Amino acid sequence: MSTPQDTTQDSPQDAPQNTAAPADEFATGRETTEGTVYTVSGGDWGEVAEAAAKSDDEKIIVNMGPQHPSTHGVLRLILEIDGETVTEARCGIGYLHTGIEKNLEYRTWTQGTTFVTRMDYLTPFFNETAYCLAVEKLLGITDDVPDRASVIRVLLMELNRISSHLVAIATGGMELGATTVMIYGFRDREHVLDLFELITGLRMNHAFVRPGGLAQDLPPGTVDALREFIRKMNRNLPEYDKLCTGNPVFKARLEDIGYLDLAGCMALGATGPILRSTGLPHDLRKAQPYCGYEDYEFDVPTTDTCDSFGRFLIRVEEMRQSLRIIEQCVDRLEPGPVMVADKKIAWPAQLALGPDGLGNSLDHIRNIMGTSMEALIHHFKLVTEGFRVPPGQAYSAVESPKGELGVHVVSDGGTRPSRVHFRDPSFTNLQSMAAMCEGGMIADVIVAVASIDPVMGGVDR
Amino acid sequence: MSADKRAGEDRPKSPDKAADAPEENPEGALPAQREDLGEVIAVRRGMFGPRDGGDTTGYGGLVRTVRLPGGSSRPYGSYFDEVADELEGALEEQGLDPEAVIEKTVVDRDELTFHISREHLPAVCRTLRDDPALRFEYCTGVSGVHFPEDKGRELRAVYHLRSLTHNRIIRLEVSAPDADPHIPSVVEVYPTNDWHERETYDFFGIIFDGHPALTRIMMPDDWQGFPQRKDYPLGGIPVEYKGAQIPAPDQRRSYS
Amino acid sequence: MGIEEKLPSGFLLTTVEQAAGWVRKSSLFPATFGLACCAIEMMTTGAGRYDLARFGMEVFRGSPRQADLMIVAGRVSQKMAPVLRQVYDQMPNPKWVISMGVCASSGGMFNNYAIVQGVDHVVPVDIYLPGCPPRPEMLLDAILKLHQKIREEKLGVNREQAAREAEEAALKARPTIEMKGLLR
Repeated sequence: MSTPQDTTQDSPQDAPQNTAAPADEFATGRETTEGTVYTVSGGDWGEVAEAAAKSDDEKIIVNMGPQHPSTHGVLRLILEIDGETVTEARCGIGYLHTGIEKNLEYRTWTQGTTFVTRMDYLTPFFNETAYCLAVEKLLGITDDVPDRASVIRVLLMELNRISSHLVAIATGGMELGATTVMIYGFRDREHVLDLFELITGLRMNHAFVRPGGLAQDLPPGTVDALREFIRKMNRNLPEYDKLCTGNPVFKARLEDIGYLDLAGCMALGATGPILRSTGLPHDLRKAQPYCGYEDYEFDVPTTDTCDSFGRFLIRVEEMRQSLRIIEQCVDRLEPGPVMVADKKIAWPAQLALGPDGLGNSLDHIRNIMGTSMEALIHHFKLVTEGFRVPPGQAYSAVESPKGELGVHVVSDGGTRPSRVHFRDPSFTNLQSMAAMCEGGMIADVIVAVASIDPVMGGVDR
Repeated sequence: MSADKRAGEDRPKSPDKAADAPEENPEGALPAQREDLGEVIAVRRGMFGPRDGGDTTGYGGLVRTVRLPGGSSRPYGSYFDEVADELEGALEEQGLDPEAVIEKTVVDRDELTFHISREHLPAVCRTLRDDPALRFEYCTGVSGVHFPEDKGRELRAVYHLRSLTHNRIIRLEVSAPDADPHIPSVVEVYPTNDWHERETYDFFGIIFDGHPALTRIMMPDDWQGFPQRKDYPLGGIPVEYKGAQIPAPDQRRSYS
Repeated sequence: MGIEEKLPSGFLLTTVEQAAGWVRKSSLFPATFGLACCAIEMMTTGAGRYDLARFGMEVFRGSPRQADLMIVAGRVSQKMAPVLRQVYDQMPNPKWVISMGVCASSGGMFNNYAIVQGVDHVVPVDIYLPGCPPRPEMLLDAILKLHQKIREEKLGVNREQAAREAEEAALKARPTIEMKGLLR
């Protein structure tokens, strides 16, 4: 803190007036014809500069990112390093802030899925499902969602879990310099994306899960493709074990790096593989089941190492468990509707693809336009205006590959959300970066961040 | 509650009647257990957006009040009674009057919400975290909500607390007026709220007193205004197509 | 840029143009500028199935100093725009920019306070690539089109003349609002 003497040195002519009313030593007032003018000075900059001058030469502030090949997206890391040791680590985020939550307030509830799917772009189905579960809770139709829709949601989410973990392992490997892992990961991810493309028509950003069910049913041939996929993945997954799990170089880079124990996870709100690597088998699929997860058989893998290697092992094992769930989903697929029966919510047609590859089925539109004026009006109103959701708020959470993905939805009874807030696991987990990295080597920061697997689209939204 | 039943609430009412609307009970629209009709947070007029009399559709006189679910009376059902009893007991032990701390308890859609008066928030959070019968050891962050027409309670901070020990989840809601947007920080109790509170400050301008470093997190440091408040425009630009222009999403005519 | 820009107009310049264009298009070094969803598709393009190595550009440079192509893959926020410009300024000439995806090209569906409505507000763009996100095949197509463009690029006085002509043509061209489209 600078003393009042400093202040008077800066502006000596103010001192006499200031003695009458010693209001604030850092902001001296002076009466002029324009009114009172304050000269703000002081603060602790002098102290900061002094401390910086005195400090060790070895201490450097390194700014990594926001455009850096190994920071996992547009993440900015501000590291204070002493030699090779990180003494302080901070994150700079917001470089991908898209204002999606605000944009949602200007679209109908159904259109919302188009936006939320682009938040964490590696886990689109989790975003959509979490959002739709919240909207369904607000509408009070949670129990009306057809079984087939729930099974397909589970199926898509588990496929998505595999693809997300593959990217986590692939980019993590790339950041370590293990490019083979990256090639493997993207190779297998392509198989998942092929399935997504078959089912939803898109490789990413699907907007397939809608409030009340799904946009459309599975296309013919899906079950065969799924079985083929399970066969392929059962063959490919052990390759990650062969390549990485026993690999001494890989282990040496990951073991005991990014340590965060259970108390740290609880305090910092970390969930997902980070929490499970401390040995606590917390998984919302088991703890608070949604979409009928209580009926599936699967294990929640844990390790007790609290480190990056444990998280890697958990991801590999979770992919295996996801395959198990997918197998059960395929067996459970019963014919039936994929959208609630309430025609005030469900779109009148099951959005069959027209010849242009887009939109509603032309046959259906021809039918309603030619036969029923009321049906046409209803269709028009539902598509342009959307349905109304009774006022209130709801929170729904799903276990995304990164942890607890929570959605807080507030409705004011209109056709558009009043507020949608996503509690993204990447955002919360990234907070633990400082706890994991401080005191470690600078090269291990990359490993720790890769083991958190933040996706900046989810962090910044 | 089905969409059809709700349509009853949307019947046009004359504007003067809407002012004393809370006495009116749209029969069957609300579950029996609620004792009050909820808080009116806004009044909608018209149907398509324009407020200056430019609406020629005949829907211009339509007035609807927006009511959030009101306070509930016991029994709340599920584990909610137990949580409420334990919390009230624990607060009394600390010499706090539960009536003054918990403004209202709302059970809606199988979710329990405690409306907490803002000065008591850290104490309540600490109790919820530390009391062995409660053990809400895990906070999922804070979500800001802005109701510009709810005078005196415009800004809301909504916390969801999860108990891994008992496998429960509850919600705390705290309100602050726009004129005095201060809410005590709970970072001391839940360190995870560090970034969440910064985010809520960044977007809503809620000042969390006691936060270690309340600065902008998403927007650039020199950004003016708090973008996710309702009075902040969406900020889109008109989109030009061949021979036509479409206004930004917030400028378009819309169903209110 | 070096001595090739100072050559006198004529046979020599056009010959050098052809040679330089061919060499430049055959060894592009993209800078990693992954921002959002498109970045994942960009990485996919570099990986096994789509194999960007076929076009001699699988090596993504971490440093802008070693790169001559910036693929802006994803939405550019107001906070990221200065960073993007700084990375672009650090790249040595000649340099090219692909605006990958609809958000980078025009802001797309995110027409709001946070997103720059088109990266061409910040840096000059050579190829606009639509899609949300574009498929890897589309990115490959954009890259091949850029190769063609680089190959035909003019040098020295020819470049100045081409720029002048392009500007005149742009001034004469009909504004979008006066065009006839599906909406009018």
